[in-house]
This record gives sequence, C-alpha cells and structure tokens, in this order.
Amino acid sequence: MSLKLGVPSKGRLMEKTFDWFGARGVRLSRTGSDREYAGAVDGVEGVSLVLLSAGEIPRELAAGHIHLGVTGTDLVREKLVQWDQKVKPLAELGFGHADLILAVPACWVDVDTLDDLDAAAAAFRAQHGFRMRIATKYHRLIRDHLRQGGVADYQLVDSQGATEGTVKNLTAEAIADITSTGETLRANHLKILQDEPVLQSQATLFKSRVAQKSDAEMQALTDLTRKLGLDG
Amino acid sequence: MTISNAVKTRAAELSRFFEDAGALPVQCDILQPAETLLELYGEDIRTRAYVTFDPARGEQMLRPDFTVPVVQMHMESGAEPARYTYAGEVFRRQEDHPERPSEYLQVGYEVFDRSAPAEADAEVFALFNAVLGPLGLRAATGDIGILTAVVSGLKTTQARRAALMRHIWRPRRFRALLDRFSGRTPLPETRAALLASDAPQDIGSPSIGLRSDAEIARRIQALRHDAAEPPISTEEIDLLDAVMAVRETCPFALENLRDLAVDLPAMRPAVDRFADRCAALQKRGVDVAALEFETTYGRTSMEYYDGFVFGFYAGHRPDLPPIASGGRYDALTRVLGRGTEIPAVGGVIRPHLVVELEGAQ
Repeated sequence: MSLKLGVPSKGRLMEKTFDWFGARGVRLSRTGSDREYAGAVDGVEGVSLVLLSAGEIPRELAAGHIHLGVTGTDLVREKLVQWDQKVKPLAELGFGHADLILAVPACWVDVDTLDDLDAAAAAFRAQHGFRMRIATKYHRLIRDHLRQGGVADYQLVDSQGATEGTVKNLTAEAIADITSTGETLRANHLKILQDEPVLQSQATLFKSRVAQKSDAEMQALTDLTRKLGLDG
Repeated sequence: MTISNAVKTRAAELSRFFEDAGALPVQCDILQPAETLLELYGEDIRTRAYVTFDPARGEQMLRPDFTVPVVQMHMESGAEPARYTYAGEVFRRQEDHPERPSEYLQVGYEVFDRSAPAEADAEVFALFNAVLGPLGLRAATGDIGILTAVVSGLKTTQARRAALMRHIWRPRRFRALLDRFSGRTPLPETRAALLASDAPQDIGSPSIGLRSDAEIARRIQALRHDAAEPPISTEEIDLLDAVMAVRETCPFALENLRDLAVDLPAMRPAVDRFADRCAALQKRGVDVAALEFETTYGRTSMEYYDGFVFGFYAGHRPDLPPIASGGRYDALTRVLGRGTEIPAVGGVIRPHLVVELEGAQ
C-alpha cells in the first residue's frame, strides 16, 4: 500500500494545491478523463493521490482512510470533535483565505458587536415570540463562539447555500458564513460585526493522527515531508 | 452502551430509598419534544443532548434529564404537596469528555411544596447526604438566590437590572455588563458614534428582515436613556464582588453575608432563608459547621436553579463529574407553568458512579 494524500477534486482549490506541491518538486496531476477522479504523484515514491470533495477530507483524515489531506481549517474545526487529537496541521498553504464571520442587516445601525447582538436578540424574542434566527452551515463553530461570547435568545437555522439571501427572504435575522472579500454580503445589504472573525481559515495540509502506517508508508511520509521542507 | 445489571440494581435500590422517604415513583417518555427544551435552555442544549427529527412530530430530543418532564407532569395532574422519584436512562453528548458515557441512569427525587422552602431544601439535601454517606463524598453548596437578590436591589435602572438578571448564569457576560454599567469600560466607538448622530438610521441602507425600523429605533432610544444614567457606584460593585467571593463553611459564610446585608438590605430575605436552611439542616443531623458554602457555586453549569444548589464530589477522583447534584428551580416551574408557579427542589444521583466508587472501596 502507498501513502494516501487527499486533495480537493475540483476547482481553484485543486489547481492551487497542485501549484503548491509543484513548486516544491512534487507534481500532482489528474489522470484519465476530466470526469474520472483519479490522479498521479510524481517526484516522490510511494505516494498516491486521492481526489475528494474538500468537505469530506476532514472526515477521511479522522477515520484514518487517508494519511495526509488538504482542506480548510474551517471545515476541520466544524466537522471534527476534538480536531487537534485527530489531525495535525503540517503547513498553511497560503491560499483559500476566508474568514468565518457573523453578519447582520446594514440597517441595524444599533448592532456592531456581539454585545449588541445579544441585546437585540433579547428584544427580538420579547417582540416576536421566538428566538432570533441565525442562518449558517457552521453550527458547531458558531454555537461555540456565541456561547463563549455570552449570547442568548438565538437559534441556528441550517443554510447550506445562498445564506446571504436568507435575511431578505425572512427565513433568518442574521447569518454566519465564510467570506473572503465581503462583496456578496454588501450586495445583500448585510454588514459584518466588528469583533474578531469567528475563525480565520486557509487551505492547510493536515496529517492524520490516527491512520495506520506500514514501514513503506512511513518512509514515503518522511521522503515527502523532507521534499516539501516540513517536519512531519 | 449497555448499562450493567449491577448499576440497574443499585439504581432500583436508590429509588426505593426515596420511595421509603415518601416519594411516588414516576416514569417519563424518552422522546421529548425538542422545542420545549430549546426554548428553556437555548441553542446550547444541542451540544449536550441528542436531537432527532420526525417528519410528523418535528424535532424530538432524547431526554437529557427528567426535570422538565416531571415538572410538566406535576403541573398537569399532580396533587400538592408532592414528592416524586424516578430511575431511568438519560442521554448526553460528550464532545468534551469522550470517556464519559453518553447513555446512563439517573435516579432522582423532586419535591413540590409551597409551605416551607427552607425545610424542603434541607429535606432533599439530608436525604442525599444520608444515602451517599458511606461513600465519604465532599459536599458543595451554594445559593443562586443570594446573587439574584443583590442584583434586584442594585440602585440603577430596571433595564440594567433585567440585563444583569438575564445573564446571571453567564459569568463572563455578567461581568462585562457590570463593567459597562459601572463605567469601568468605556463605550465602544461604534456606540459613541451612534449616540452622537442626530439621524442614526439615515444611512441609505434598505430595511430588510423581520426586525423593523421601529424596533431598531426603540433600542437606540433605550441606549440613549442608558447613556444618560449615572454609573452604578463603585461601592455597590465592591459589595456585589464581596458577596460573590464568599466561600467558607456555612456558619462563617452566614455571618459574612449578614454583615454585607447591612449595606445591601435587598439581600436580607435571601440571607434569612439561608439561615433557616442551615437550621433545618442541623435539625436533620447534617454537620452544618463543616458544610462548604460558595455564593456562586453552580452558577455556570446549573442554569434554572435559582436558589439552593448542591453537589456531591469524590475528592480523590477529580476526573469524575458530581456523583449527585441538585437544587431549587422555582423559575423553571414559572416558565413551564405559563403563569402558575410551584416552588420545587430536587436532585439526581448517577448510580454508575456510585457503583464505580463502591467497587473501589
């Protein structure tokens, strides 16, 4: 068996990951047709490429199905319980930057901090009879953040896409999502709270702490990390 | 996770002990409507409980404790006064403690009695103390009612008192609010700019979402009122800090709180109640002189307890959660009863921990 490296299977994240490895003498490539998720690794022995959706990489690392994987810090923290016991970050790759933020309608001129959000949530619940809704797909990270910030009287509603539109559509009062430039938020008349972002994420190379390794796989890992200039 | 026969047997014995003390055995559904619990405890309960979805009944929760269903049952049909016991599984997610079981038994005893709250507090504690006595546990006690009494007596606006009261169970937010209301932290720049503006809502952004312009205007109004209020005095904050710092054996804590109550008259009824409870505990044979008291005990972990609180810990096993815990939850009955209220106090034992400790003896 060979050392398994999980990489996002499409889009800019895949291309940039290929570039990052390529610049360090490890050539990753897709093989076969465009539709087939197969790949090759050149420049180091005993490593095979596994193309996966970026969202599945944390789970596969935690299950020990792959030894290494490239994915966003946000996904690792959201999807893995006690993430730091299951994976170890080896290198931040310098792309895929995004902040997980809380945003409210720009017309809420009285809300700029978590403190304000909490006070507004209390008044909202008293007025409307239900807890203020925050649309997100990052349930665990946001819940944790709001608990630490002492925010009460809110509820999370699931939104797997077009989250910025939920406020206008009256299915949420506020949102929590990943943003890189804030352009979409502004276009939807939302503003970001002024506190620090919930999380600053970027594409990161992780090592599984649970995947079993044969001697050959151990050797491949040593070779690969040396080539990449990392200490494994 | 299978619960062993030894634990089941011990749970049944513990429940029988409470029956012998006059409790009526009751049972509750394992599947509870999630909405009630979410409305009570907020979104955080999702990190501690299992939520599942039923297309017909909506979100359901595997019961994380018995308190809520027992209160509901009592309020619908119970005679007063009432004493209940139960023994059954509860289900808890253990994200931070994967070594702890997520399915385990709880044995509980709950008292609904209006007549003499101090007596009821003492009755519950004394029973737990007696049945757990052979394990040599350390008992911790506190009283959230003392803190709420001080807050309700603060010389400031009703809005500020209400904001503090809402966050009694969230120490960090509580402290941040106190610092703001006492002028220890300056207004954030955004707030200062908002208050300085003549037409803060004229910013050219369209109104979107359910929260209306009028609601926003009302909050700005409230913020303006608040900004015009004098800060809570340093003297009062120091007194509040002194109350929260009380951590001694009961007799010394009582003496200390009585001294502080000279300057905080609003706290006197709560301190009297503490004194009555000490006397009632003494009468029931509890060694009050050695019993620990901490004003803020249970403040972070026991939301909705609003009076006497207690926990029993294995001193040599700091890794274990409390072997038993409980307290008074009048506020919970007020919320669930939609207007009606019945003073209630109770507690639970985790029999698997009892068996584990007994096995090690």
